[in-house]
Amino acid sequence: MEEGSTVLERQKQIQELTNRKYDAGFVTDVEQDFFPKGLSEDVVRLISAKKDEPDFLLQWRLKAYRHWLRMTEPKWPNVHYPQIDFQDVYYYASPKTDEDRPKSLDEVDPEILATFEKLGVPLNERARLAGVAVDAVFDSVSVATTFRETLAEKGIIFCSFSEAVKAHPDLIRRYLGSVVPYSDNFYAGLNSAVFSDGSFCYIPKGTRCPMELSTYFRINAADTGQFERTLIVAEEGAYVSYLEGCTAPMRDKNQLHAAVVELVALDDAEIRYSTVQNWYPGDKDGKGGIYNFVTKRGKCAGPRSKISWTQVETGSAITWKYPSVILQGDDSVGEFYSVALTNNMQQADTGTKMIHLGKNTRSTIISKGISAGRGQNSYRGLVKVAKGARHARNYTQCDSLLIGDKCGAHTFPYIEVGNPTARVEHEASTSKIGEDQLFYCLQRGIKEEDAVSMIVNGFCKEVFKKLPMEFAVEAQKLLGVSLEGAVG
Amino acid sequence: MDARESLLAAYEASKGQIGLGDSDRIRTLRRDALESFADLGFPRTSNEDWRYTSVSKMTPLEFKRPSSFQPDGSASTELQRLRSVFLGGTAGRMLVFLNGRFLPELSSFNGEMPGVETLSLAAARKSHSDLVEKHLARYATLEGRSFSALNTAFHEDGAFVHVAKDVAAKFPIHLVFVANGPERPMAIHPRNLIVLEAGSSASVIQSYVGLACESYLTNVVTETVIGENAHLEHFKIQQEGRRAFHISDLRIDLARHGVMSDCSIAIGGSLARNDVTGNLRAEGAECHLNGLYMVTGNQHVDNHTTLDHVSPHTISRENYKGILDASSRAVFNGKVIVRPDAQKTDSVQSNKNLLLSENAVVDTKPQLEIFADDVKCAHGAAIGELDEDALFYLRARGIPRAEARALLTHAFASEIVDRIRWDALRRRLDGNISLWLSSSSSEAQEVS
Repeated sequence: MEEGSTVLERQKQIQELTNRKYDAGFVTDVEQDFFPKGLSEDVVRLISAKKDEPDFLLQWRLKAYRHWLRMTEPKWPNVHYPQIDFQDVYYYASPKTDEDRPKSLDEVDPEILATFEKLGVPLNERARLAGVAVDAVFDSVSVATTFRETLAEKGIIFCSFSEAVKAHPDLIRRYLGSVVPYSDNFYAGLNSAVFSDGSFCYIPKGTRCPMELSTYFRINAADTGQFERTLIVAEEGAYVSYLEGCTAPMRDKNQLHAAVVELVALDDAEIRYSTVQNWYPGDKDGKGGIYNFVTKRGKCAGPRSKISWTQVETGSAITWKYPSVILQGDDSVGEFYSVALTNNMQQADTGTKMIHLGKNTRSTIISKGISAGRGQNSYRGLVKVAKGARHARNYTQCDSLLIGDKCGAHTFPYIEVGNPTARVEHEASTSKIGEDQLFYCLQRGIKEEDAVSMIVNGFCKEVFKKLPMEFAVEAQKLLGVSLEGAVG
Repeated sequence: MDARESLLAAYEASKGQIGLGDSDRIRTLRRDALESFADLGFPRTSNEDWRYTSVSKMTPLEFKRPSSFQPDGSASTELQRLRSVFLGGTAGRMLVFLNGRFLPELSSFNGEMPGVETLSLAAARKSHSDLVEKHLARYATLEGRSFSALNTAFHEDGAFVHVAKDVAAKFPIHLVFVANGPERPMAIHPRNLIVLEAGSSASVIQSYVGLACESYLTNVVTETVIGENAHLEHFKIQQEGRRAFHISDLRIDLARHGVMSDCSIAIGGSLARNDVTGNLRAEGAECHLNGLYMVTGNQHVDNHTTLDHVSPHTISRENYKGILDASSRAVFNGKVIVRPDAQKTDSVQSNKNLLLSENAVVDTKPQLEIFADDVKCAHGAAIGELDEDALFYLRARGIPRAEARALLTHAFASEIVDRIRWDALRRRLDGNISLWLSSSSSEAQEVS
């Protein structure tokens, strides 16, 4: 009965949509390229059908959707933005065809090209980053293919989420939602219902991944869409280092981004996850920037496993993300290294959660927040030591640097300890760039802007040294570029 | 009937008795506060400020207004004993309040202090109506605080301390609040107003003692007004009865170069909540907050401090330490706000917790909200158990385990207590710590 009515409702709705927007016979054609705006159970079903997903995944999406309907948007973050109309969003669009893309670099926004120049992005990469049609970009496909062969030899699976659903449904079924359940929070729920694509990575037992994995090397990785879903599983004794994002400014027509990243580390496994996020932050008055509402969580499921998050957040109008680690296995280790920069009207509410469940678990949190212009930067963290987590150890340091008198830096560290053998330490400081440091540089003929960039980079050094080499170099330049106009 | 309804009914019933000498302003305020409380009810844990503290033990109780304000025989002897302990043989003033009402016959006024006036708020309403009108309820704004609203609606008596311009009070002023009555459970709402005029200084010690072993609620609001260049040294020693609820709201208003040194000691009560709000509203203001909480059994203690740096060149120092045994729970939330114009703010905050038992829980949140760039702000929090190396050192020298633990724990607490310059008070607190340790270390021995 209920099912019958759903079908009827669905048909009726599709009929309506058909009449409204597409007179030319739009029925339940799964071949279409995008769906009309709005979210309903049918849209979820259509996304799943479109991707030819197995039934378990559709059911999971539907459960997520039904649960999401009962959830409310979180109001506690220290960020302000106009109410989002979730019915005014496109929930599925197929990857851009080459016709939509700029044909060559000449068609790309000169402002973006100027930024590439400052960042020192190699010429042949600029085209790819700016979204020029793949045919026009030299060579990156063949490079990626070579990498992929090397990985396959080792038994490492690294592919898009959709591919993984088809090729390894058992793995997806076992691990999807095991770290971030669909009921976790509002945006994770939304993502679970409508996620478009993302990366899947599986490192078999005892394997050390021979290279830094990055979506960069994944064919067709370019348009994973706004509801990205990433799942990384490291089996016993495996090691992988994963890079996400890039330092070049990313333009995107979608304002709302709600990604979910899940990491699972089994016994003795290690996962390092590095992010450089530089989405469009909006103009000087904060118009048009990306809302980045991300749920990232790792689970140290096995003993002696380790998960390490490193993030450099310079983009987005609003950043809302707390890469977390559940330290379930005994002797497991969680790390969080973060640099978050807000300039102009940007707002960031970011931090981490370290949940100590196993014995002798250790976690380190190093957070560096930089506020400039009228930016508002909040660190929000939770360190929780459960009753049975004997000899848990946490060290937290969160420092803020303020540039200019119109910005703000806030810290909300929650510390919950339920075991006397735990050692938890938290330190935080807030300061501005020292007059004497600045004077020293100016006196030696270094321009004020360069001096500030140098001092800020020094402030962030502890985090940058955790990034893979080439990323670190780019991240340093990125900070300089992002701070432009903050001084003087 | 739950606690909220019983309190509202109690207000209805005592309409003729509460707020007889009120000015128009206070009368309106009472009404607004009552409406505000009726509206808010008791705080829930969904309220961020009460996230870790549930008042569910309190809400089913039917609170009554105390009817007896004279001590019976045994209470009277106990009060005499306390008096000598608190005064410790030194001169000084002591105002005793029983169930929230001033008890002149047990109070003492030895020690000449011209320019220092200490009386009950009820009396001050008549004799110092201008000062009361100028200051009372001007600082303790309600802002969704249901207990403060409750106090504002219900308050009848409390202490009024006034120190005239450029006067330095020679002796400490003791305010002793004793709870003991046949009503169970009763709700007491003391209201204190401490005003220091420009250039003056004083020491005020508030002590809360419960003689009754029944559960009762002490819900106190204290407003301290510190004028230019004035210095107030303030202590609050909370030793309520084991089944008592103690809710306290201390507001500090600091004028230019005004200094507040506050020390809050929390040992008693089954549930204790301590709100301290410092408003550093003028340049050069300085606020020092020290605290020590020692809890055991099923006790729950919650310290919420807010330091609001509104003006430039303001200084704050905060150091709260906690010792937790058995299944006790402690909450600390220290918020430091630096307003956009408060450049050159200098703020340091620290919260350290010592866990003596497997079942103790600590939730701490040192929070910074900074809107100015030329500031120095640091905060730290630490939670851990006794240092094994230090313990080993002592045991290697033949000191038994329990004694060694007590010694180290005492040392941890003495950082706060040793700073107190009043000998009698320091000795009394030291004694309290030793007593607490000997009673709780016996429990610890059983465990280990």
